[in-house]
Amino acid sequence: MRQPPYASEVGLLLCRDCGHTCRSTEQACPRCDALLHRRKPNSIAYTWALLAAALILYIPANVLPIMYTDMFGSGSENTILSGVVEFWKEGAWDIALLIFIASVVVPCMKFFVLGMLLISTQRRSRWAMRERAQLYRFIETIGYWSMLDVLVVALVTALVQFRALSTIEPRLGILFFGLVVVLTMLASMSFDPRLIWDAEKDDVR
Amino acid sequence: MYIDSPHRVDALNADSSSHPATDAAGQTSSAKPDGLNRPQLIICEHCDSVYQRPVLTHRQTAHCVRCGALLERARHLNTDQLLALTLAAAILFLFANAFPIMQIGLQGLSNEATLWGTVQALAHGRITPVALVAGLSIIFAPGLQIILLAWVLVYARTGQIAPGFRTCMRALEHLRPWSMLEVCLLGILVAIIKLAGMLEVHAGIGLWAMAILTILILLIAGRDVRDLWDELGVPIR
Repeated sequence: MRQPPYASEVGLLLCRDCGHTCRSTEQACPRCDALLHRRKPNSIAYTWALLAAALILYIPANVLPIMYTDMFGSGSENTILSGVVEFWKEGAWDIALLIFIASVVVPCMKFFVLGMLLISTQRRSRWAMRERAQLYRFIETIGYWSMLDVLVVALVTALVQFRALSTIEPRLGILFFGLVVVLTMLASMSFDPRLIWDAEKDDVR
Repeated sequence: MYIDSPHRVDALNADSSSHPATDAAGQTSSAKPDGLNRPQLIICEHCDSVYQRPVLTHRQTAHCVRCGALLERARHLNTDQLLALTLAAAILFLFANAFPIMQIGLQGLSNEATLWGTVQALAHGRITPVALVAGLSIIFAPGLQIILLAWVLVYARTGQIAPGFRTCMRALEHLRPWSMLEVCLLGILVAIIKLAGMLEVHAGIGLWAMAILTILILLIAGRDVRDLWDELGVPIR
């Protein structure tokens, strides 16, 4: 099938804020005033930096406890994984799976996919471009579901506050985990999927 | 591009539209509005492919041939309907925030949590920054989305461009990824199951309001609002 032309080949530029089709000579979108860029500025460097930061914080997020539960005098601290295991042992395998997917599978998938996209884009690889583009859209869509664990901890903490009988408190791990989610979201936002297709063109950046 | 529709009309102008290079080359941006102030060319935001804007009928969507991303979707709600849903969302938002979302009971004692209480629960010493993120995602972002939409739509209803339209629309664009009511809803479900084993758990009024609010936000705050730019004919400087 005949492929459509690229905007840069016909002197056009997309405004990412309002979707207006601008001339590539324009500095700011004539309709919404947003600054125009041919590609997101420093996309690769920003994405690498945010991804690396997220990866580093993911270690304390998993090692440190995220929640302290005191039920009738016996206190225990839970990390993300021990929480999953607890659910599993109680027989709630569906909830265990849900939390495992949201807190472990999704962030790890984002690390791998973004890393792979960055490396292949930097090498100007033409391998499976359509599939890589789909993969990017996929992780962009699922990324924010990782926030699940943060909100669950917030909810149970807010609820279980019976001074003498039982209390639940958040622990430092949840801060790191929250930051990981925010950083991976920022990382996938700063990656420009149009860079994947630039491998097809001769004019580099 | 290819066009999807539930009742598969035809893959109209799939061929004629896929190479507008020749006519696009000399054309100024959106220079030729077609009566409805709609620019004729659209660009795929995921791969930079240029297409002639398709004419979509009810429930049709246009996808990019090159990367498969969604290019455009036929609008399924008009301005009046959007405004009505936005106002409904505003009322539900107040309910969701004013009433407890969950109540628990333990040996005669009871306790309840509101959305704000949930955010506050994280404001705990060094952990406080994560309370900001939670507050943004379940209270501030959805609330701001509703206010901005209501403002823009009240004017759009009479064909006017609201003061500060550009700022409002750009803010809506940047707020969208941070609005996470649906995640919160799933979180409540998990919390209920987690606590149900050891305590009595009851859903509060706020939860029902929030469940409907989540659906409304998905309907009104999507990318479809971008159509207002063309519909209102926002002047090009």
